[in-house]
Amino acid sequence: MSTQAVPGTAPVGARAARRARWRGLANVHAIRGAAGILAFLALWQIGVLLHLPVVAKVPAPLEVARAAAGLLHDPRYYVDWAVSFRRVAIGFVIAQVLGVPLGLVMGWKTTFRYVTFPIFEVLRPIPPLAWVPLSIVFWPTTEQSIIFVIFLGAFFTTVINTMSGVRALDDRYVRAAISLGASPATIFRRIIFPGALPSIFTGMAVGMGITWSVLVAAEIIAGRSGLGFFTWEAYVGGAFPTIIVGMVSIGVAGYLASSSIRLVAKRVMPWTSRL
Amino acid sequence: MAAALSPAAAPKGAVSLRSVGKVYAAPGGDVVAVEDWTLEIGAGEFVAVVGPSGCGKTTLLNGIAGFDPITSGEIVLDGKRIASAAVPAKPGADRVVVFQNGALFPWKTVVDNVAYGPIVQRRSSRAEALREARTLLARVGLRDVADAYPSRLSSGVQRRVEMVRALINEPKILLLDEPFRALDATSKAVMHEELLKLYDASHTTVFFITHDLDEAIFLADRVVVSTTRPARVKAILRVDLPRPRDFRMTASSDFLALKAQVADVVHQEAEKAFRRGERELA
Repeated sequence: MSTQAVPGTAPVGARAARRARWRGLANVHAIRGAAGILAFLALWQIGVLLHLPVVAKVPAPLEVARAAAGLLHDPRYYVDWAVSFRRVAIGFVIAQVLGVPLGLVMGWKTTFRYVTFPIFEVLRPIPPLAWVPLSIVFWPTTEQSIIFVIFLGAFFTTVINTMSGVRALDDRYVRAAISLGASPATIFRRIIFPGALPSIFTGMAVGMGITWSVLVAAEIIAGRSGLGFFTWEAYVGGAFPTIIVGMVSIGVAGYLASSSIRLVAKRVMPWTSRL
Repeated sequence: MAAALSPAAAPKGAVSLRSVGKVYAAPGGDVVAVEDWTLEIGAGEFVAVVGPSGCGKTTLLNGIAGFDPITSGEIVLDGKRIASAAVPAKPGADRVVVFQNGALFPWKTVVDNVAYGPIVQRRSSRAEALREARTLLARVGLRDVADAYPSRLSSGVQRRVEMVRALINEPKILLLDEPFRALDATSKAVMHEELLKLYDASHTTVFFITHDLDEAIFLADRVVVSTTRPARVKAILRVDLPRPRDFRMTASSDFLALKAQVADVVHQEAEKAFRRGERELA
């Protein structure tokens, strides 16, 4: 009985082969992705050269590349990156630290949810940028008010996603844990929290996206530094290719931030990976 | 500990269900789910309850498990009253439930799932609980999946793991709520033999709910036919097929003769339930 093969598991060799095949596929995807980007750049360049309407007003990719190459030697450009990343990181982390526990309790305790949820339903539709004037008034420094607005951008998404993650958790896991002798505190830590983790990470990914759009706008309105301010300053100074460099930088920064969340999610939740 | 799944474990867990009743308050008036349900389950006995879906079987099981309070009668486990209208429902690790859809924690590996009970009950150290979980898994042929996550396993293997996760706690009674409902007929037959191996090894009292008469007869010492709502005990069939049992028995004349004794009753109740067309309760 102890030596019988277990159905439902692939032998190790087959698994390794499958993994290798996936890695090959990933490379194919990467090559296709790069080809798509190159084709897009080529069309853009051609569009500008042919003076197509609207496109003709946009700086051509080669001009943008030249501007970018110049900026690579400019330390101020790197400082703008660092400043923006720092703001996003601080605002985002505070939003998680406060939002995840709050969302967990709101999902777990019905009475608490009934008391707190209406507040959220009213505050949530207010766009984070509508908070800018008020937050400039009540935070002592501009830096703090920018971080606060970023925090708001991620906070509501985090709370709502965490809460719905808890509520969507199948009751049978809780019952199974009770049946196996777990205390309410253990259930909260060992069942509710891991059970809600996939939703929490969904909230983080969405929240991270919101964070960057809020950051750029906040920097344009109130900032003296950062990638958003960099882009705006390029516009004010009439350096049009630099505007595009700023925009692409923001895109890349947002992509890096979202990928790092996906990476963390994979690490923290090994059970959700397909292979 | 480590006595789980060893023949040394003395049979325990005699359960008396005495006139158990359950009334649900519903918007359109009270619904009687279970009425005057009486049964004595001996220590180490395997009892299967057969009845149409929605007949109140799960209500009964939840009453024993302590998930839902009962509204009349009482349930006694080894001389101790564990449920009545006056005793508040309280689940305990002496009555472990294996659920219809499976409830292995997806975020824990198989061995962590199995060790969960002893760890949260602080019956032994974490290391010791994990060691024992591995030993038990190896004993039932699941050594190779110990470090896998449940989502990687077939539902048959998941269900076996869940059984081991229940039995490691040496419960007085194992409560099984249609655990093989989602399996196809062939896997089901294999799972029946696996369950009986575990049962023969552990001598735990089993309360098994199903709507499948063949399954009930093949597994149980006694088959209780429960009526459609309100659930009452309609017939009790003693199954004296020898143990260990193997799947060929289901085609034997003894088996078919037993089936003939209650097939009519089961069918009648199923028809009644079908005609009423009611939705399943809790």
